[in-house]
Amino acid sequence: MKELSLNILDIAENSVKAGATLITVSLTQAGNVLTIEITDDGCGMDAETVRRVTDPFYTTRTTRRVGLGLPLLKLEAEQTGGTLTVTSRTAAQCPDGHGTTVRATFHTDHIDCMPLGDVTATLLTLIQGHPQEELAFSHRTDAGTVTLDTRQLREVLGDVPLDTYEVLKWIEGYLREQYQSINQ
Amino acid sequence: MKTLAELQAIRDKMHDKVALRSDSGEKRVVVGMATCGIAAGARPVLNAFVEGVNAAGLAGSITVTQTGCIGLCQYEPIVEVFEAGKDKVTYVKMTADKVARVIEEHLKGGKPVVDYTIGNGQA
Repeated sequence: MKELSLNILDIAENSVKAGATLITVSLTQAGNVLTIEITDDGCGMDAETVRRVTDPFYTTRTTRRVGLGLPLLKLEAEQTGGTLTVTSRTAAQCPDGHGTTVRATFHTDHIDCMPLGDVTATLLTLIQGHPQEELAFSHRTDAGTVTLDTRQLREVLGDVPLDTYEVLKWIEGYLREQYQSINQ
Repeated sequence: MKTLAELQAIRDKMHDKVALRSDSGEKRVVVGMATCGIAAGARPVLNAFVEGVNAAGLAGSITVTQTGCIGLCQYEPIVEVFEAGKDKVTYVKMTADKVARVIEEHLKGGKPVVDYTIGNGQA
């Protein structure tokens, strides 16, 4: 991946496949440490599956025998001195609080740390591809916080889908304005 | 600043268009967005299609969607165009710059851009 933010697309895809209705993406930049956390309310994974998800030769799909999303993210985090952790609870274990959290930390001052990239473009791609699911996004930095919650937008939009071009352009403007204000 | 009131105005404006859209969808542009596609640069390709289809006034008849791994990872970013009654057209090694020609010649003109299809677009 050329940008760290692209991993969000990839990992969120797993959440959608796990039947998630809400995907929470939290980015936190505290000093030189960037934390990317993606949490969903999907079906979750058992302990054995969690243990194997960062193995590139483990996948639940049947078409091919490799699954590179999480192994790549792990590599990208660890090559900066960071970590990747995956925690999960299945619906059987926890009927009211099931789902998965993927948490990756990066030392952004490390020479091998890739740029975070265009987070706004990444989120737009995520929403365009999955207009039915809800996305709660926050990016906290020392300069301020950028947020987006599609549940709030849907209350206003009613039955107009989130992937409507005009709505996507509004979301893009909404996010870019917030990023401009914290980057000033 | 962008406000929720603006979003409400979009909703009011879109209501008629939404009714139109749900009856259409003659052509489907599908962009591979699995790990391989994303890593190869599918995000700007997808965004270029969303922008270009809208700018060409084709949003009512063409839907742009995402899919998982198409199975030809070395040719990513891959874009497939589906049209009722016609063979699927597969574009390989796509870039945002190539999108305008596909919209103009294929989606508008009905003639696939063979320079970018799987038999030819491997360079």
